[in-house]
Amino acid sequence: MIRTDDQLRFALRAMLRQRFRTIMQLIAMSIGVLAVVLLTGLGEGGRQYVLGEFSSLGKDVLIMLPGRKETSGGMPPLSGEGTRDITLQDAQSLLRLPEVERVAPLIVGNSEISRGSLSRESLVLGTNQAFFDIRQMKLARGQALPLLPLDQPSPVCVIGDTLRKELFAAESPLGQWLGVDAYRCRVIGVLEDTGTGLGMNMSDALILPVASAMQIFNTQGMFRVMIDVRAAQGVARITNDIEQLMTERRNGLLDVTIVTPDSIMRAFDNVLSIMTFAIAGIGAISLFVAGVLIMNMTLITVSQRTAEIGLLKALGAASHEVRSLFILEAVMMSLLGGGLGLSLAQLCLWGARLRFPDIPFAAPLWASAAALGIAMLCGLLFSWIPANRAASQAPVLALQHQNGK
Amino acid sequence: MSDALIRVNGVNKTFLLGNEPVHALNNIQLQIQSGEYLSVMGPSGSGKSTLLNMLGLLDVPDNGEYWLAGADTVPMDEEQRALYRRQQIGFVFQSYHLIPRLSAAENIELPLILAGIAPAERKKRLQPIIEKLGLDSRAGHLPNQLSGGQRQRVAIGRAIIMKPHLLLADEPTGNLDSSSGAEVVALLEELNNEGITLVVVTHDADLGQRAKRRIRMVDGVIVQDEKNAGANA
Ligand SMILES: Nc1ncnc2c1ncn2[C@@H]1O[C@H](COP(=O)(O)OP(=O)(O)OP(=O)(O)O)[C@@H](O)[C@H]1O
Ligand SMILES: [Mg+2]
Repeated sequence: MIRTDDQLRFALRAMLRQRFRTIMQLIAMSIGVLAVVLLTGLGEGGRQYVLGEFSSLGKDVLIMLPGRKETSGGMPPLSGEGTRDITLQDAQSLLRLPEVERVAPLIVGNSEISRGSLSRESLVLGTNQAFFDIRQMKLARGQALPLLPLDQPSPVCVIGDTLRKELFAAESPLGQWLGVDAYRCRVIGVLEDTGTGLGMNMSDALILPVASAMQIFNTQGMFRVMIDVRAAQGVARITNDIEQLMTERRNGLLDVTIVTPDSIMRAFDNVLSIMTFAIAGIGAISLFVAGVLIMNMTLITVSQRTAEIGLLKALGAASHEVRSLFILEAVMMSLLGGGLGLSLAQLCLWGARLRFPDIPFAAPLWASAAALGIAMLCGLLFSWIPANRAASQAPVLALQHQNGK
Repeated sequence: MSDALIRVNGVNKTFLLGNEPVHALNNIQLQIQSGEYLSVMGPSGSGKSTLLNMLGLLDVPDNGEYWLAGADTVPMDEEQRALYRRQQIGFVFQSYHLIPRLSAAENIELPLILAGIAPAERKKRLQPIIEKLGLDSRAGHLPNQLSGGQRQRVAIGRAIIMKPHLLLADEPTGNLDSSSGAEVVALLEELNNEGITLVVVTHDADLGQRAKRRIRMVDGVIVQDEKNAGANA
């Protein structure tokens, strides 16, 4: 029986002294693993990014909109063509429910924003301070809307970063007056530039108190009411409580719709599951390519050594010993190549995260595990097949095999 | 003689060349005593290598008996035959069959490694053989840095390091020029003088004549088996 340390030394020598062959095989292995991990890592990063964008509302936020549509599980009605307005008092009343923590009413419109001779058509949001917390918006300068009773207008506003650049360029906007149609307000804060998100783009927007917006747009009805709830109660129960309250306030007729984050997510389920499929497909294809690559390389290198296998047997090694020598070498090679590929992939993903900090590029665990598994399996299987064939032959047949054929 | 090292009885081996069966060994009867020096000659394709491979347990006959050191090897399984090859038989090939990535010393050491012998003991056995082969200055060289004669000496070192009873050489000088061929022959004969049983397959009539017993094969049949009555007692 060959001693274990001799087996290791034999395999190590085979790898170290045939560097070209070893390097070629390591390249095949690591490129295979690299491809799988890197591609799925990039894909998964994109998926997570989209997922994050859709769930940026926060888990515990319900949205109430005017009108009642019996939806059959599809998109909730996004156009707020309700029969009756949701009033400020409706919004205010929600705070009486113990599960409701904060309420942010929302009015949306477009207005001409002007400063001196500069003017620009832009998105105008009427809301309150709670909106900033619920949307987790950060301020680059100044402050958010002040804490006011909902029905009290105030000539202040917060603007998005793009709007600031266009109207103020390098000047400081804080304390400056802007015109919003015929209305005037003073800039008290600037939003942080968060890049382009998938939701509402706030960098173009002007935000002012909801009562002010009601005057500008001459309306009583809210476009949306965002409700921040204590989710411990269970979203379904809270939704029920809110619906009950609204029914009471509206003479027994429920004509508002409550949208939960779940139903929003469900609406985008198709998109997400297609992306998941695409990533799995990318993973599967690159796994297959990696497998073929590794298969070819190992088949060639082990077949080239049929004569060596015959020789070892002629010198008195048992078939199973010869087999285990070659398997050991294949294990070492696969581990090394797989590890190399994995590290390279992590390095690339790390680089990608540095370059695009918004997108969480990271390979899913299943991809790394499958890549490593396939690399090991192919490396082992396809060195085992020729090694086993040569080892089971009469030694003379293996010996007659010409080197390199 | 019941204490013969080798007793071959009615052995046949047939190969299929295309659809044609080739009777490479045809009812072979052969006995070899321990310590004999035998040459096998004959035209190309007459079955000399097939006979030697069969004697070396590198190949199995289709039928018949092959007794080696008191045991019939034909019914043995491959693992048992491997054990016999390791302990009883040394083989020298025309094309050396050295492992190219291993140095001369490592190639010679290989059978000891396969037998699971500890490194200290291996070193003890290796040194005298390297000296005997005159490979002292070449021990660390790779095969492709050695001449043909040196390579064949390495192969002989590898064949005898396990101290086998039987040394089989298939055209050991076939790839060598005459002077290095003569060196290799001298080495083999020296080993025979020390007691090893030597069987040499050769095309070289001069080399064949040096053996004390000479076998001639034609078409898988032993047609002649003569001994130097005077030289070998
Ligand atoms: N593996 C094999 N498959 C098919 N035929 C074989 C095989 N090995 C040997 N033969 C055939 O068996 C016969 C004997 O071959 P062998 O190699 O023993 O001859 P040989 O006497 O050694 O010839 P040479 O002097 O050329 O080496 C030949 O006809 C050869 O073609
Ligand atoms: Mg031959």
